[in-house]
Amino acid sequence: MRTAVQIQVVLRIIGALSVFFSFTMLPPLAVSWYYRDGAHLPFLFGFLIILGAGLLFWWPFRHAQRDLRVRDGFLVVALLWVILGFTGAVPLLMVERPYLSFTDAVFEAVSGLTTTGATVISGLDGLPKSILYYRQQLQWLGGMGIVVLAVAVLPLLRVGGMQLYRAETPGPMKDTKLTPRIAETAKALWGVYLGLTVVCAFSYWLVGMEPFDAVGHAFSTIAIGGFSTHDASLGFFRSPAVEAVAIVFMLVSGINFALHFEILRRRRLRVYFADSEVRTYVALLALIAMLASGYLWWHGGVDPRSAVRHGLFQTISFMTTTGFTSTDYSAWPAFVQVILVFGAFVGGCAGSTAGGLKVIRVLLLYKQGIREILRLIHPQAEIPVKVGRVPVSTRVVEAVWGFFSLYVVSFAILMALMMAAGLDQVTAFAAVAACLNNLGPGLGEVTAGFMTMPDSVKWLACFAMLLGRLEIFTLLVLLVPDYWRS
Amino acid sequence: MKILVLGAGRVGTSVVSNLAQENYDVVVVDKNPDILRELRDRFDIATVTGNAAHPPVLGSAGADNADLIVAVTSDDETNILACQIAHTLFQVPKKIARIRAIEYTRYPRLFGPGGLAVDVVISPEQIISDFISGLLQYPGASQVLDFADGRVRLVSVQAVAGGPLVTHPIRELHQHMPRVHARITAIFRRGRPIVPTGDMIIEPGDEVFFVASPAEIRGVMSELRGLDRPYKRIMFAGGGHIGKRVAKTLERRFQVKVIEKDPVRARKLAADLDSTVVLVGDAADRDLLLNENIENIDVFCAITDDDEANILSAMLAKKLGARRVISLINRPAYADLVERNLVDLVISPQEATIGSLLRHVRRGDVVQVHSLRRGAAEAIEAVAHGCPGRSRVVGRTIERLKLPAGVVPGVIVRGKEVIQAHHDTRIQEDDHLIMFLLDKKLIPAVENLFAPPVAKAA
Repeated sequence: MRTAVQIQVVLRIIGALSVFFSFTMLPPLAVSWYYRDGAHLPFLFGFLIILGAGLLFWWPFRHAQRDLRVRDGFLVVALLWVILGFTGAVPLLMVERPYLSFTDAVFEAVSGLTTTGATVISGLDGLPKSILYYRQQLQWLGGMGIVVLAVAVLPLLRVGGMQLYRAETPGPMKDTKLTPRIAETAKALWGVYLGLTVVCAFSYWLVGMEPFDAVGHAFSTIAIGGFSTHDASLGFFRSPAVEAVAIVFMLVSGINFALHFEILRRRRLRVYFADSEVRTYVALLALIAMLASGYLWWHGGVDPRSAVRHGLFQTISFMTTTGFTSTDYSAWPAFVQVILVFGAFVGGCAGSTAGGLKVIRVLLLYKQGIREILRLIHPQAEIPVKVGRVPVSTRVVEAVWGFFSLYVVSFAILMALMMAAGLDQVTAFAAVAACLNNLGPGLGEVTAGFMTMPDSVKWLACFAMLLGRLEIFTLLVLLVPDYWRS
Repeated sequence: MKILVLGAGRVGTSVVSNLAQENYDVVVVDKNPDILRELRDRFDIATVTGNAAHPPVLGSAGADNADLIVAVTSDDETNILACQIAHTLFQVPKKIARIRAIEYTRYPRLFGPGGLAVDVVISPEQIISDFISGLLQYPGASQVLDFADGRVRLVSVQAVAGGPLVTHPIRELHQHMPRVHARITAIFRRGRPIVPTGDMIIEPGDEVFFVASPAEIRGVMSELRGLDRPYKRIMFAGGGHIGKRVAKTLERRFQVKVIEKDPVRARKLAADLDSTVVLVGDAADRDLLLNENIENIDVFCAITDDDEANILSAMLAKKLGARRVISLINRPAYADLVERNLVDLVISPQEATIGSLLRHVRRGDVVQVHSLRRGAAEAIEAVAHGCPGRSRVVGRTIERLKLPAGVVPGVIVRGKEVIQAHHDTRIQEDDHLIMFLLDKKLIPAVENLFAPPVAKAA
């Protein structure tokens, strides 16, 4: 059993974070007041309830001081996302329109905070502005947490080979202690994140969005979330310019934020192209986009311009795991739909807000595979797995393999459970892929969202979203008895 | 001229043997008295036992009136420090140091004025690497040496029946290739040097030395050997300093494999090289060679620091079907034993190194001296200085030049131009004359001939 002090410290942190989180109810409250949409009470109550609960946790333990160990990081990170998932559901639960059950409210909040972007709400266009804003803001806040999680915390926890990035990438993250460098790192990264959001919102506004939509979509674009204020997602705007802006910012957000930071500091764009992960990421995107657009043109009966436009948009939206849609892709040939989902399995770069396996892991897996083939040809050869000319330690490659195997096992179990809950094979596959990869939209019955799914599937989906977001290990390590023995 | 040689290892010993034969005053410093005693028995030299970087040791070796220091101990730091001390305390005018680590040689600014007091940095591994890369550029060549900063190369090839010029007189070269300035400077027939004349007929098996600009080399070689298929697959036995450097320079142009015995070393090698296949194992392991398709290897190059292992693995590779095998051999006795019969080509590290080292020792305006056939002959590059009348070279035609018998003029490099040295070619100031000496003993005579006129007056 962990010591009482440790638990107290963890509770103190959770309490303090809830207090902080309660203040995020105020912007939607302001939006509600500004638009007079009548949905201000849920946010006001939400603010008070979360603030109260946070103080309740924080106050008794406010003097519990003890340095957190790296091992405690798993518990803090996992608890954080679970608890925020529930507290984020509070205002959604109280709002009258849309009426959401407890399950639905939690699903929507978790989907927002994990930047998945799957929804259970239909008829978005008619909802109060404050609710719409709140959903977008949830994604943005989630993305903010993810950036720090992905660049600073997970490498520190050595999750799934991500320590690679601590050693190899130049970036704000250099130290191995949880504090106080993480605070510094977080500030630097949030600066980049905030800057990108502002530029993105401004660009959306320039190409013709309403300021409200521009800010909302900038939130969910930079967070690689995929929530929209319209049922038709970005397709609502029917504007190639809007799609182009989205493409650029999705692409950028899918790249390691530590790398963005480095580029801002050194003022050299070349750093992007020197990074083998970014190169692979762009190459894979180009490949899938060409396949998708080409196939749409040849066999999908789509005219070439639309094929390229929507093929490219949908590829980037899926592979970065954003989940915006520019058109009804469910009418597309099944081949295109499936390669889009496969793209989501690869995901974006490590250290970004994207989900999926992450390009660097896929790259390592591929290189490891090639190495095994070369070993068959040259049994006595010494063949290192290299990323960008630097050999990767076997420890990292092993961790990536471990990650991959757990990913596959988790996927299989979740898919089987969803089928047990009554879903057909395509829907179950797509639902797990959409959640585990933090993608959002799926195929089959979950193309538009999870509204028609039974509660059991929604809870499984919530678990899958958290599992994917926390890179599997962070969550699973808590389920191992050894973790709790000191 | 007084020369201090620090370190009596392989390079040191061969420097000493070359210099002692050429009547320099040589003092050798080493920590090991036994090696020094042996050297003293063999050569007419003085020796001092002690750490070469210690000022008293340098002092007792007579550093204060030495003209040159050659620091070739096995330790880079000792060499650098010894040069620095020789500079600061003894004002030795010229200091040559052997420096192995790329970590130092990567920064040329480190040495010379304002930096460490080392005038010339010699890196034997680099020289041998360059030598091997040069050889691999020209399939069939057994020696490729640069002169005049690479504008002209001296190439040695074995004539093969079927080459258009073979069994024909030499003068036909210029009928076959009218615009070429290349010149055949010497022929070794059954191991004995011959001064070529226009009427001489090239026989198969002759070792032909010719001088040509890099662009012409392939053409001339095809005259002598027919067309050699370019090299593609290269295997190195030994992933030491040399193996690593050569592999690094060649891996982009060729398919390179390196066999290294030590797994730790192999791992490091694989990390540093990009497309080279690094194999862990014994280069004399038949199964390993067969597994790696030794029969398709164009050049097998044994470059470990173990002579016996190099010879054996090269012989094995030859027997298993490698097209051409090269072996690095330190001991001259072994080199004579195996060359031509058992392996295709022997590279002697001393021979390769000593040339570039000795050019800094040479007097007069001799800028480059390369040993050929393990010292049996020399190729020399000298610069003509002075004005017509006072100089014994400038303004004269080749035939009026008082070249001793056994010296064959090759080509003249004038600016960027390469001119064939005909009997009536007049030498101008700053011409680089490349000559071929059939005997090492002729070097001082050539040096004197090209010595600056001012020095003569003094």
